[in-house]
Amino acid sequence: MASKPARSIAAWAAVFLGLTFSGLALALEWNLQPAASQLAAEIQDLHEYVMFLCTAIFVGVFGFMFWSVYAHRKSKGHQAEEFHENTTVEMLWTVIPAIILVIIAWPATRVVVAQKDTTAADLTIKVTGIQWKWAYDYLKGEGEGISLISTLATSREQIEGRQAKGEHYLLEVDNELVVPVNRKIRVITTAADVIHSWWVPAFGAKQDAIPGFLRDTWFRADKTGVFRGQCAELCGKEHGFMPVVVRVVSQEDYSKWVGDKKRALVVQADGPNKKWSPEDLKARGEKVYAANCVACHQASGKGMPPAFPPLDGSKIATGAKPEHIDMVLNGKPNTAMAAFGKQLSDTEIAAVISYERNSWGNKAGEVQPAEVKARRK
Amino acid sequence: MSSVVDSYGHGHAHDYGDHHGGYGGIMRWITTTNHKDIGTMYLWFSFLMFGVGGIMALIIRAELFSPGLQFVNPDFFNQLTTMHGLIMIFGAIMPAFVGFANWQIPMMIGAPDMAFARLNNWSFWLLPFAATLLILSFLMPGGAPGVGWTMYAPLTVQMGMGMDFTIFAVHLLGMSSILGAINIITTILNLRAPGMTLLRMPLFVWTWLITAYLLLAVMPVLAGAVTMTLTDRHFGTTFFNAAGGGDPVLYQHIFWFFGHPEVYVVALPAFGVISQVIPAFSRKPLFGYASMVYATSAIAIISFIVWAHHMYTTGMPVTGQLFFMYATMLIAVPTGVKVFNWVATMWKGSLSFETPMLFAIGFLFMFTLGGFTGLVLAVVPVDIQLQDTYYVVAHFHYVMVAGALFAAFAGIYFWLPKWTGKMYDETLGKIHFWLTLIFFNMIFFVQHFLGLAGMPRRIPDYPLMFETWNKISSLGAAGMGLAQLLFLYIVVKCIRSGAPAPQKPWEGADSLEWTHLPTPVPYHSFETPPVLKWLSLP
Repeated sequence: MASKPARSIAAWAAVFLGLTFSGLALALEWNLQPAASQLAAEIQDLHEYVMFLCTAIFVGVFGFMFWSVYAHRKSKGHQAEEFHENTTVEMLWTVIPAIILVIIAWPATRVVVAQKDTTAADLTIKVTGIQWKWAYDYLKGEGEGISLISTLATSREQIEGRQAKGEHYLLEVDNELVVPVNRKIRVITTAADVIHSWWVPAFGAKQDAIPGFLRDTWFRADKTGVFRGQCAELCGKEHGFMPVVVRVVSQEDYSKWVGDKKRALVVQADGPNKKWSPEDLKARGEKVYAANCVACHQASGKGMPPAFPPLDGSKIATGAKPEHIDMVLNGKPNTAMAAFGKQLSDTEIAAVISYERNSWGNKAGEVQPAEVKARRK
Repeated sequence: MSSVVDSYGHGHAHDYGDHHGGYGGIMRWITTTNHKDIGTMYLWFSFLMFGVGGIMALIIRAELFSPGLQFVNPDFFNQLTTMHGLIMIFGAIMPAFVGFANWQIPMMIGAPDMAFARLNNWSFWLLPFAATLLILSFLMPGGAPGVGWTMYAPLTVQMGMGMDFTIFAVHLLGMSSILGAINIITTILNLRAPGMTLLRMPLFVWTWLITAYLLLAVMPVLAGAVTMTLTDRHFGTTFFNAAGGGDPVLYQHIFWFFGHPEVYVVALPAFGVISQVIPAFSRKPLFGYASMVYATSAIAIISFIVWAHHMYTTGMPVTGQLFFMYATMLIAVPTGVKVFNWVATMWKGSLSFETPMLFAIGFLFMFTLGGFTGLVLAVVPVDIQLQDTYYVVAHFHYVMVAGALFAAFAGIYFWLPKWTGKMYDETLGKIHFWLTLIFFNMIFFVQHFLGLAGMPRRIPDYPLMFETWNKISSLGAAGMGLAQLLFLYIVVKCIRSGAPAPQKPWEGADSLEWTHLPTPVPYHSFETPPVLKWLSLP
């Protein structure tokens, strides 16, 4: 028998925790994020509807149980009755739940069908999951031809606690996906290496990105603003560090953005035949390194052996240039070392290789974009 | 085998080692073919693994106490979540219930031992080797696999040698489960005492009979899935690689064809324990015995046609999503029947609240909560929002911890007097229950909020808006961990210095181990079948 004090301590602790939780619950994020699309709003309604039914049943069933716990105690002298079956009751509690399930399934089916309907899109964007960033290609509609790669913008200093964390910690990227408001956007997903999952909670859109296959989903944002999500499928070491950020803008702003983007792309297409100074290459390379390499090979170039080898003093980073270029272009199969050939331009690859060959203790000379271009197959 | 007929009233089971050729000490445990010894080893092994998996959980929660990376790097974090899952499911929960099966099934059906006594020894002794392989994987180049306990392709191809260790460990665990299942089925179907018809068996025996069939059906499927992973890694097969004509999603179909029935492999024996405990402390027969048997069978059968509800976001056709949604919702009907039956068993009984009953009521309340979040997750559009978030983590911990673990605690407190011949400390038992209940909810209830608000699972670091709930959850984890040390103390204290237990310490208990066997049970029981005249026909 538990002693009286033990029992009352437990009871007070439960009350205290209950009050603390409900108090906090009012002040904190504890429900689905505010919807920014009709579909997300419908999901919220569906969730509330199911929760309402569940809560009602839960209270009913456990009302009986707790009444029994309260009233049918041996310590109160309650005598046990001997009944152990009742066909009518048993039929009822089989049939009634089945009916309740139909009541839940009916509205759910409608939303499922709507959610799968990716036809008649205004804009089609291909999303490619790459360890650990997202690539966006505007395939069809206004902005066709634009491509961008979206990488976490939060600094390693913030993650490692050497700098105060910003407001959008882990939910900020260098290049946001930009889409117009009130347009149906079809998202085609695929992946370059392992399975990722593209997710924006405010749109109610989540779709796995599967290497070698195309899948699709859609959203139609009904307000402008910036909406943030994260990769939802475990995709390796930096899974927690590949956010999805979508900026929804008005139609005019979108058209303007498309114009700017196209002009910038022309300028940025660094001619691979341009000769770069070693300093410029190294400076550019440091940025490329910070966005693509630092998570595994570390800012110190020391890596995290044995899974992620060091570059400082490594055979490849101080050896012959062609091997180094091939490693960055093609990656190393069956390891986390990705093939960067399709993600980075010749100039970026030349820059990052030059940075790696001339940083830490390495002094192995720079690589020009033309040399990278020559090794591409 | 044994030349000595046990007389009732013997003291410690240890006195009987010489029946088997005089082995004492460690050799007794290595060579034993006795179902009680083997049951004991399963239970201690399970507790050890519960400790190992629990320490991993505590490191995970320590890292998640604050945003940013503090204690472990992301790579090691993934290794911890993977191993925590594998060890808790295959090392802690499943062996715990096999331990119950070993101890209880022969006694409950009036059999002298399990049907294949040497096979029984082998099924247990595979486990320490499997566990060693799993834990050794941490020491391999590249560490343990950081792929999640579901081991999705093609991430598995990127892993180091630890992945192969894990695959072989899963093979061994699967062999152990299959051998155990064959043994349990044979024992139940062939060794029942005269008069113990199938529909008179205690419900615990029924749930294990059905569970054993589930194990036979699905463990080979898991073995297939991990073997295909192995050959994809080393022999150039491309089952899960699109470049060679394979499909990564194929892995998920195979895995979840194992994985969903696996949930019931864990849950059904828990249902069985609860179905023994609730009537005993309600002093009233189980309500709807026959419908319990049918509901358990229905759950087992439907569990084979719902696997893809784990895969709504992989992008299946709308008809596929609808089929799996309807089938999944259907499981709520037999599960509901079970919950209603348990409540009806308590209704108008004569209830008392010793520790086993407290854990059973805790189970009933919170397992049902986990069942309801399962219903929420069955609804495709809602699941699309919640898939791979902390909501799912909360859901399955309500089923696995508040469900299976609470039932295991209920069973241990219930049968410990019978097994050891001594009573545990009731006050400490109750404190253990309340601490476990409060800290469990502190850890996992708030995780529903995290999932709804959009926190993905399996991340070592998170955006700032999730901080408060994570802090509460981590504090709860520390408390939950400490509370289990109390459990260990209670069990050790019971074994070493508990007060002697009577033959039937629980007034309402009515299965054979209470009515026909003394306390503590002799090393060999029912060498001649019991006479079951006392059983009135249902």
